[in-house]
Amino acid sequence: MGVAPAATPPLAGFRPETREFMAQIVSRYPTRRAGLLPLLSLAQEEHGYLTVEAMEQIAAFLGLSPTEVYETASFYTLLHFRPIGEHLVQVCTNLSCALLGARPVVEHLKQRLGVREGETTADGLFTLETVECIAACGGAPALQVNGRYYERMTPSAADALLDRLAGER
Amino acid sequence: MADTIGLTLNGRSQEVAPAATIWQAARAVGLEVPTLCYDSRVAPAGNCRVCMVEVAGERVLAPACARQVQPGMVIETQSPKAVAARRMVVELYLADHPLGTCGVGKGCELEALARRLGLRGSRFPARSSAPKPDLSSPVIAVDLSKCILCRRCISACSDLQVNNVIGLDARGFSTTISFDTNLAMGRSTCVSCGECVSACPTEALVERLHQDVAFRPDARKTRTVCPYCGVGCNVELHVVDNRVVRVTGTRESAVNLGKLCVKGRFGYDFIQHPDRLTRALIRRPGVPREAADQGDPRDCFREASWDEALDLVAARLGGLKARYGPDALGVVSSAKCPNEENYLIQKFARVVLGTNNVDHCIRLCHASSVAALIYALGSGAMTNSSFEVYSSDVIIVMGSNTTENHPIISSHMRQAAKRGATLIVIDPRRIELVNHAHIWLRQRPGTDVALLNGLMHVILKEGLHDEAFIRGRTEGFEQLGPVIEAYPPERVEAITGVPAADLVRVARLYGRAKAAAIYWGMGMSQHTTGTDNCLSLINLGLLCGHVGREGTGLNPLRGQNNVQGAGDMGAIPDNYPGYQPVEDPGTREKFERAWGVPLNPRRGLTITEMMEAMRQGGLRGMYIVGENPLVSEANIAHARAALFRLEWIVAQDIFLNETARYADVVLPAACFAEKGGTYTNTDRRVQLARQAVEPPGEARADWEIICDVAVRMGYPMPYEDLAEVFAEAAAVTPIYAGLSYARLQGEGLQWPCADATSVGAPFLHKERFTRGLGRFVPCHQRPPRELPDDDFPFVLNTGRVLEHWHTGSMTRRSHGLDALYPELLVSIHPLDADELRVRSGDRVQVVSRRGRITARAEVTEQTPKGSIFIPFHFAEAAANLLTIDALDPVAKIPEYKFCAVRVERAA
Ligand code: SF4
Ligand code: SF4
Ligand code: FES
Repeated sequence: MGVAPAATPPLAGFRPETREFMAQIVSRYPTRRAGLLPLLSLAQEEHGYLTVEAMEQIAAFLGLSPTEVYETASFYTLLHFRPIGEHLVQVCTNLSCALLGARPVVEHLKQRLGVREGETTADGLFTLETVECIAACGGAPALQVNGRYYERMTPSAADALLDRLAGER
Repeated sequence: MADTIGLTLNGRSQEVAPAATIWQAARAVGLEVPTLCYDSRVAPAGNCRVCMVEVAGERVLAPACARQVQPGMVIETQSPKAVAARRMVVELYLADHPLGTCGVGKGCELEALARRLGLRGSRFPARSSAPKPDLSSPVIAVDLSKCILCRRCISACSDLQVNNVIGLDARGFSTTISFDTNLAMGRSTCVSCGECVSACPTEALVERLHQDVAFRPDARKTRTVCPYCGVGCNVELHVVDNRVVRVTGTRESAVNLGKLCVKGRFGYDFIQHPDRLTRALIRRPGVPREAADQGDPRDCFREASWDEALDLVAARLGGLKARYGPDALGVVSSAKCPNEENYLIQKFARVVLGTNNVDHCIRLCHASSVAALIYALGSGAMTNSSFEVYSSDVIIVMGSNTTENHPIISSHMRQAAKRGATLIVIDPRRIELVNHAHIWLRQRPGTDVALLNGLMHVILKEGLHDEAFIRGRTEGFEQLGPVIEAYPPERVEAITGVPAADLVRVARLYGRAKAAAIYWGMGMSQHTTGTDNCLSLINLGLLCGHVGREGTGLNPLRGQNNVQGAGDMGAIPDNYPGYQPVEDPGTREKFERAWGVPLNPRRGLTITEMMEAMRQGGLRGMYIVGENPLVSEANIAHARAALFRLEWIVAQDIFLNETARYADVVLPAACFAEKGGTYTNTDRRVQLARQAVEPPGEARADWEIICDVAVRMGYPMPYEDLAEVFAEAAAVTPIYAGLSYARLQGEGLQWPCADATSVGAPFLHKERFTRGLGRFVPCHQRPPRELPDDDFPFVLNTGRVLEHWHTGSMTRRSHGLDALYPELLVSIHPLDADELRVRSGDRVQVVSRRGRITARAEVTEQTPKGSIFIPFHFAEAAANLLTIDALDPVAKIPEYKFCAVRVERAA
């Protein structure tokens, strides 16, 4: 499905290279919709988060409805729908991490950063989130920053990590 | 498979249908298993786990709604384990949705269930944060704090209506339902069909209109038929204090399965609008017609009693007839009126006035389709039923924006496509159905015959035609070859702009299909080549033998709720009821006997011909019932000048519309909700309507008014009720002969229904065509009348939008519809808009050789480059000031779909 020739090219909101790469990705799968997740992460890479327009254009490109795209995207905590800070701190609060002390880490981070869960610091440096299992139970409590894992977290270990990240600027 | 299987339900042996689910089997033997997420119209989702039952020997409980029965099963619906599980599930729901959450009175199913299970509350903590209410839609209130995530709305929106707007946001505790990419409902692609509202078991989704009274326990429900389009959906009108305050769909109806579109569900406020006419009006002496253009048109009139108004109407019509002869009078009947009233109106014209000058809006919508179908097959109606889309493996939709004009048929088509049928859309506009289509052919406007000839060219060349069918059931085939020889795909590509390869693909799909059906709309019929367009569709159907079997056929989707019936009842100038020609002496004699007067042997004038006759002075007086030609006619300025030449006009309507305001006498009529009668929908189904409220003031049903005028003119029409009128009409209309009110009580019947034992026909032309053999009538491509040029470079296409109806007299007086689509938008392609430096929302002036209008632009790729689209519902910027009154030579239908215009930026 999704055959419409249109005046504005599909995926008009992306850079030409991205557009080309997206088409290439889709061609690897037996069905177009199978390309959804890789396309969503490419979109996030390009814009920093998933804009409504990006999701609509991907939907049209894959022959999906916007709601199908959003349902899938919103299932994943790695995909965002609002601009996020330079460092995305995601603390796992699922079973193993919770048992081994994730909550105190979260509470500490909230205090130190002065934000609530899901918010970004005023300087745009950090976004704090709690997430479901990130498959690091062996190192619980665990968190990840921009996809990198940090395990056996304590409030002071988290402090040290944040200092280092802030200093990298 | 055996007819029934044996199993044990709550300790008793039972015989049940083998394909049944446990829930269905239980219900069949009188056991109610509670459900929450189950909707019998779609496949069970098995989400809520409220319906769990215990099956002996199984480790876990089974969902009764989804689990099929098996021979020998031992089922307990009320075992302690099942009841405990059920109570637990409901208790969990109550955590998010405590008792008393729903307050409007819609009737919370969760609460009812909790009461039934004896639950008073929940032991579990509630969700911490609940989303705020969303009031962005003018017709639907969303309050997700009341949502229990049963997902019935998702299945209503995606599986039933196939609008695919609602989804699930996030996961775990933070899950909510969401619209599109988590937009407010009013900003999403939601089309406000309200199906989710009707599915929602709580008040998370609820109607906004008249919320204060809509759910009052004393509301009465009356089942009747939707007053808008030809789909003929069955509705329940909810009435409080003689006001319609809510509309719901009838789930038992085979036509719509309870589904409705936004017009059917939310377009009812016009019934009780203060503008309704409540007294007869007589033009004040010396006030000219054009005085109605200034100020309030009501000031041109004074109120009168029925007696005075009726006496005057009878005297003036009688006077004109005596002075100029019967053919100086014309009658416009209404496709919004039921069959009985159309029967009486045409009888009044023929018997009392003595003229065949009677017509209705069929002239302006599908006259060419009907002419072509009657000429080639012998019957002018849709050959299939709308639910037969589920039996077709290939469905072609050509020149029909079905989603906006026949919404519920479109929803059936989308469901069929979802279930695997190949949907092919052929349309210059990127209509909504394209989203669901496998192939879309975007032809240039006005090149339909070439495209169809191209398809036939490929089919013949590749030998995909049905020789046996052609030999046995058709004539004139030998004339087809030489014509379509001239349309090889490459040439057709040059004419139509459709790539040759796509043409070949479609030809093969249609030619090889097991059962293919074609549906079309006014994109085909409203052209000077309208009859040719439709004949070409018929040629295609005959060529492949795709007519006369289930799921195969040729289907003009009829516009008005009773345009099929008005034609059936003879409200057309050339035929008596049942398409029996007035010029046939034998038929005439039959009707002279039935009606007891000598009849006029000359065929009458069509609406479009009446306009010409007014202009030339041949027509002196008009009786216009429920029509608004000064918005709906092509080239209105011309039509207005013609109408103003009439000596005398009587208009009968529910509003003082843009035509009635120029009349000499205006008679206040009752609307659909205020009377009974029968309506014949687009698939020939005759359905019974029922009165729900009393008419306002002194307004009366059209049939009563017509009868009173007839009596005053010396021809008594003493009918007790509409059933008696129907019986008389059926007696002289062979295709209705077997119908009676008694037989129409349930789902109605589809004509032809020749006698009291016939059950009607879902599809036509089974073993033979109505006229005997199907006739090939090959046509060559001819250009539209007025082509674009340097001064007028754009093609103007006109039509309708989902939220409005015809001249807007009803929909623009319905609060919800007006709020959803408040003003006219001119659609223009982005590249054209760039060139004109116009953005969405800018005001533009559209100019044709006949007139000009100003309106806001909507920049959209829906419209092809070089073409603009304007809906014709808006009298203040009437599209028909621009359109051309060039007619199809056979059917006399105007070319609404093509004329040349210029677009300018307006100040
Ligand atoms: S009103 Fe109709 S289209 Fe809109 S969300 Fe509800 S079901 Fe879907
Ligand atoms: S589809 Fe037609 S008949 Fe059905 S509710 Fe809508 S307007 Fe009424
Ligand atoms: S009704 Fe059976 S699972 Fe919901």
